[in-house]
Amino acid sequence: MIETNDLSKQFNNSFWAVEGVTLNVRPGKILALLGQNGAGKTTTVRMLTALLSPTRGWARVAGYNVTEHPQAVRANVGVLTEQHGLYLRMTADEYLDYFGTIYGLDAIQRKARADYLLEYFGLAEAAQRRSGEYSKGMKQKLALARALIHDPSVLLLDEPTSAMDPESSRLVRDEIARLKSSQRTIIICTHNLAEAEALADEIAIIYRGKILLNGSLSELKNRVLGPVEYEAIFAEPFDVGDFDLPAGVAIVSRSATSLKFRVESPQTANPKLVHALASRNAPLLSFHEAPRRLEQVYLKTMADAQGLAYAA
Amino acid sequence: MRRNWDAIWMVARREFVDQLRDWRIVLPMLTLIALFPFVADDSTRQAIEFMNKYGGDLILERLVPFVVLVIGFFPLSFTLVVALESFVGEKERGTIEPLLSSPLEDSHIYFGKLLVGITTPLLFSGVSVILYLLLISRREIALPSAYILALVSLLTFAHAVLMVSSAIVISVQATTVRAANLLASFIVVPVAFLLQGETVLIFWGNEDVLWLAIVAVTLLAWLIVRLGLSHFRREYLLGREIDTLNFKHLARTFWTRFKGEADGVLEWYTHELPQTLRQLVKPLLIVSLLGVAAIAASYLWVIVEVPEMITLTPDRTDRIRTFVTGNLALLDEVSEQLPAPILFLHNARAVTGIFLFGLFSFGTLGITFFLVNMGLVGAVLGGAQLIGLSPLLTFAAGILPHGIFELTAFFIATAAILKIGAQLVTPQPEKSLGEILLVCIADWFRVFLGVVLPLLALAAVLEIYLTPVLIQLAFKP
Repeated sequence: MIETNDLSKQFNNSFWAVEGVTLNVRPGKILALLGQNGAGKTTTVRMLTALLSPTRGWARVAGYNVTEHPQAVRANVGVLTEQHGLYLRMTADEYLDYFGTIYGLDAIQRKARADYLLEYFGLAEAAQRRSGEYSKGMKQKLALARALIHDPSVLLLDEPTSAMDPESSRLVRDEIARLKSSQRTIIICTHNLAEAEALADEIAIIYRGKILLNGSLSELKNRVLGPVEYEAIFAEPFDVGDFDLPAGVAIVSRSATSLKFRVESPQTANPKLVHALASRNAPLLSFHEAPRRLEQVYLKTMADAQGLAYAA
Repeated sequence: MRRNWDAIWMVARREFVDQLRDWRIVLPMLTLIALFPFVADDSTRQAIEFMNKYGGDLILERLVPFVVLVIGFFPLSFTLVVALESFVGEKERGTIEPLLSSPLEDSHIYFGKLLVGITTPLLFSGVSVILYLLLISRREIALPSAYILALVSLLTFAHAVLMVSSAIVISVQATTVRAANLLASFIVVPVAFLLQGETVLIFWGNEDVLWLAIVAVTLLAWLIVRLGLSHFRREYLLGREIDTLNFKHLARTFWTRFKGEADGVLEWYTHELPQTLRQLVKPLLIVSLLGVAAIAASYLWVIVEVPEMITLTPDRTDRIRTFVTGNLALLDEVSEQLPAPILFLHNARAVTGIFLFGLFSFGTLGITFFLVNMGLVGAVLGGAQLIGLSPLLTFAAGILPHGIFELTAFFIATAAILKIGAQLVTPQPEKSLGEILLVCIADWFRVFLGVVLPLLALAAVLEIYLTPVLIQLAFKP
């Protein structure tokens, strides 16, 4: 569980790196923290790891207040930092054993966890090699294994799949999904919006230290992009002409082969729409929800924040 | 206790293994071990031949402990580089954050780094020294006693702690390895002077005097360790990215503290200065006790030791006393020989010396300087006793009239520098080390300008115009 209230950090008595961040991430949920470089993601994560003390507000991680019980917080959190942070002269085995010891695991637990993680991330064969010889992706996987070595209840992951090939990225995403299903609380900082969309239950967009938006993906889409839109695609050019639209439906755009509607109540309006189109002999190829990606939400939010026009 | 040690050892062991895996550390160190004892052995052989030819047994006798000290020192200076980058290097490589995010306590990480920083050079030092001793055991020269070797070993250990702890303080405060390396001269230069001083002590001959060096270096090392631990903060390591000297900010911080909330000189004197003086009560008490102890110790040493040293017979005592009392008229010329402004400047310089010495040694050298001055007062009183003059009268007529102001000024200035030392080694999480230092200096200048200088000016006038008259009245034959 991660809870924060008005969490703020000021540097040098002048610059607010993070201001008024209020979050609530429950066990079994993933929050994706999105934002530009320097927006305050890393500072937020560092406060949640009890590395930086909040200037204002509070945070409770894994049941412990970060200011009052920093050691307990760190013991219960697994952190994947922005840089992999590996000791390059250590082998993967030694490295995981070292961090396992730091986190208080006994020798049997260390061995079991390290073996499992190395096997899972496909590093078992390279376990005796110094990590300095690893590829970028292997280093990232080892760093992730370090964050997981003590099986923490809270995970703070900064760019978990950066530098990874597609197969490895998939592997890591699967592991994160598995951790989520085993009731871990997870925050992911990422620039990979597709990954955030695939994994996160909640999205928070941070800009200049402040949370601009926070909620589930569907909530954010509705809030930023408006109500859900549906699209009718025709098999060939078709002039639908004017016809009576059901209540709560408006045409957003039309072309020779498509029509896009904004529908307030799809359950009641969509069957009527389809019936109306069919009764006009429209060569209906498909009728579906118009795809709206997180990227659109993010870019529109950032454009609004900066006072720029958003080009969809 | 056991848990703490395990955690410290865990950090140290990883670093230790890491160092031994780095050929850039191991190779030069092995070269140093393999070559330097042999070179030193050959130098010793040549020195033996030279001394046997032209004499100089005393120097020969002291040569081996000196070489042991030098051989022990070389690896320390060499591995300083490793200690210098212990924190800032990890920060640059990005390895510090996972470590800091772990449940290890600050002290575990700090002492772990300190331990490995000390152990590695000491290991190499020890091997070098043993190799050298084995080599010279073949020569026709008396090996130093176990006592001397133990003293030199203790001194080498103290050097290691001093240098490594200083390097780690720099490493914690610096933002780049380059900056840390540039700051290394702040360690190497003073320690080089220290080594020269210790060399003098070794050749001076009284091996017990080495204890002074051991105690002084150990005390300083302990204070630096304390300083480092007090100001070791995870936040500080991660929060700063560049270090530039912002002179405007420095000047503003200093001035804000110096001026306080006063709007004018009168308000500063009546409101701000008393606040600072009230904070000096405890250090003033300590300094007073030390000062009185120094006067008493010096007085006793003079009356007990000096008569034997200069074979002070009653006849000689009479002659000295007659000479002193017969020449009191010369005191009339004091104001011409030593005008009051010059005396004032001399004393102000001495107080500034206490400040500067103290500032770079957590107050210890400043206090030493102060104690030497107090020792001189005791020596004057002891000298008076020896030649049959009343020490009490000497004090009342010759020291007290101006000393009531001058000594008070010295006591207050020394108390202020002692407070700086204490503040530097006290954790103040809300302030950086630089800010603490600036605030301390501003406080010291408050006392210096507001109290010490006026008192010294008054004392100089009294010492030139009143004290000579009182001495003449008191001791007129």
